[in-house]
Amino acid sequence: MSIEVNQLTKRYGEQVAVNSISFEVRKGEIIGFLGPNGAGKSTTMKILTCFIPPTEGSAKVCGFDIGENSIEVRKRVGYLPEHNPLYLEMFVKEYLRFAADLGGVKKPKARVQEVIELTGLVREQHKKLKQLSKGYRQRVGLAQAIIHDPEVLILDEPTSGLDPNQVVEMRDLIRQLGKEKTIMISTHIMQEVEAICDRVIIIDKGNIVANDTLDNLRNKDNASFAVRIQFGSAISEQDLKQISGVTQVLKTGENQWRIEGNIPELRQNVSHFALANNYEVLELASEKNSLEDVFRKLTGNVGNI
Amino acid sequence: MWVIYKKEIRSFLSSLTAYIVMIVFLMITGLFMWVLGGNTVFDLGLSSMSVMFNIAPYVFIFLVSAVTMRSFSEEKRLGTLETLSTRPISDLGVILGKYFANITLVVFALIPTLIYYFSINELGDPKGNIDTGAMWGSYFGLVLLGAAYTAIGLFSSAITENQIVALILSMLLCLTSYVLLGMLGDIKWLESIGKSIDWFGLDYHYYSLSRGVLDTRDVVYFLGFSAMFIWLTKLVYESRKW
Repeated sequence: MSIEVNQLTKRYGEQVAVNSISFEVRKGEIIGFLGPNGAGKSTTMKILTCFIPPTEGSAKVCGFDIGENSIEVRKRVGYLPEHNPLYLEMFVKEYLRFAADLGGVKKPKARVQEVIELTGLVREQHKKLKQLSKGYRQRVGLAQAIIHDPEVLILDEPTSGLDPNQVVEMRDLIRQLGKEKTIMISTHIMQEVEAICDRVIIIDKGNIVANDTLDNLRNKDNASFAVRIQFGSAISEQDLKQISGVTQVLKTGENQWRIEGNIPELRQNVSHFALANNYEVLELASEKNSLEDVFRKLTGNVGNI
Repeated sequence: MWVIYKKEIRSFLSSLTAYIVMIVFLMITGLFMWVLGGNTVFDLGLSSMSVMFNIAPYVFIFLVSAVTMRSFSEEKRLGTLETLSTRPISDLGVILGKYFANITLVVFALIPTLIYYFSINELGDPKGNIDTGAMWGSYFGLVLLGAAYTAIGLFSSAITENQIVALILSMLLCLTSYVLLGMLGDIKWLESIGKSIDWFGLDYHYYSLSRGVLDTRDVVYFLGFSAMFIWLTKLVYESRKW
C-alpha cells in the first residue's frame, strides 16, 4: 500500500474539515480526489504531506506513519500545493537545484537536467521564475515535486488556471509519470478524472461519498440516462412525461428537450413515442451519463455546479 | 540546514541586500567616526574605535531587523513555507539555516570597518597606540549582539506575513533588550533590583565584552539569548500544527 488513511479527522476549531475518512491507495495507482470547493481535499493532502497534523486518526505513506516518521514520509512524497508557490526571484535551474539538494538527490546537477527535459522546460531553463507563464510555472511546480524521484506524488489541482493546451500537456505528463509512481490528484474537473485516473474518491463536506472505479461509478444504480431531442413542432411537457421510464423533462430551447430516465431503453421509448404520435423529429441523441451527473448527485449539488 | 543557508546567502547576493547592508553600515559608522556629531576621532583626539562601537548596536537594530524581516514573512506570503516544510528537513534545520545566513551577513558588514582600525592604528601617536584587545572584544561582542538581534528578527518574521509588522516588532524588541532594560534599571524606585534588571539587558554584556575581557558569562548570556528566541521562533513556526 502506498497510502493508508485510517479514520482521519481534521477540525479547525468548531469546523470539521475532514470527518473520519479512511481509504487506501495501491502502489502504481492514479487516484482522482474529487469534491466541490471546501470539501476537504486540500486539507487531506496537507495532512498526507506532513504539512499539518490530523486532529484524530492516522495515515501511513509507503508504510511510514506521517506523525512518527515524518521525515521518511517526506523523502518519499512529491507535493505540488494548490497555488504552486515558488520563489519568484530564483532562476528555474537554481530553484530546481535547491529542491534537489533539499531532497537529498545524489547527483543533483544531472538530475536537474533530466527533470528539465522530462517536464519540457528546456527552453525556459535559464529564465527567472517570475518571467514564466502560468503553464510553465506549473511545470516547474511538477518538476520540483518529482526531483527526488518520490514513490508517491500528491498533486493539488495541477491543471487549475491553465489554458486548454496546457491542460492537455499537463495531463500527458501526469499520465506518463503514473507509469512508475503512485499519484493522487485532486480536482473538480470531471474530464480530468476521466482522462487520467484509475479510481476516484469523491469527498463532500469532509466525508467520502464514493470510492470506486470510473466504470462502476457510471453504472451504479445512481446512474441515469438522458436523451436530447428537438421536435419540429411544439409538444407539451405532460405528453413527454407519459413515456415509460422518464423521470425528468427539461426544456432546453425552442422545441428542444432534455429527457432523463432510469432505464437503458429510454432512447428507443422516446423514438417510439415520436413515431406513434407522428411528431417530426429534427434531432435525437443519447447523452452518455457523465461523471458530472454522478458527482452532482453524490455531492448533493444537483443543478448547481 | 546548509542547503537553506546556501539559498539564503545566494538570495542576499542576488537581491543586492548584502551590498546595501555593507555599504549602509560602513557609511553610517564612518560618518559618525570621522565627520559628524562632534564626537569624531579628531574631536576626541583618542586613538580608539569606541565611537563606532557605541553607534554600531543602534545601526544594527535597524539593519538586522530590515534584513531578517523577510525571512519567514515572505515565505508565508508566497506560500513557499508549504513546499519548504514538506521536504525532508527538520523545522529547526530551516530556522538555523536562515539564522546562520543572517549572522554571516552581520560578519560581512563588519569586515570593511577593519579599515578604520588600520587607519587609527596609523594615525596614533605614537603609531600603533590602540587597544587591540578591546577592539577584538568589541568586534566579538558586536557579532554576538548581531546574532541576538537576528534571533529576534527571525522570531518577529515568523509571527506575521506582513514584513512591515515584522520590521517594527523586531526593532521594538531589539531596542527593548538593548537599551530600555538598562534604562529601567536606572529608575529610582526600582533601585533595589536595578542591577539585576541591568544584567538582563544586551548592552550590559556588550559593554562588558568591549572592555576586552572575554568573560564566559557574557558569552553564555548571548548564546542563551539567541537560543531562547530561536526556540520561540520554532514554537511559532510549528504553530501550524496546533
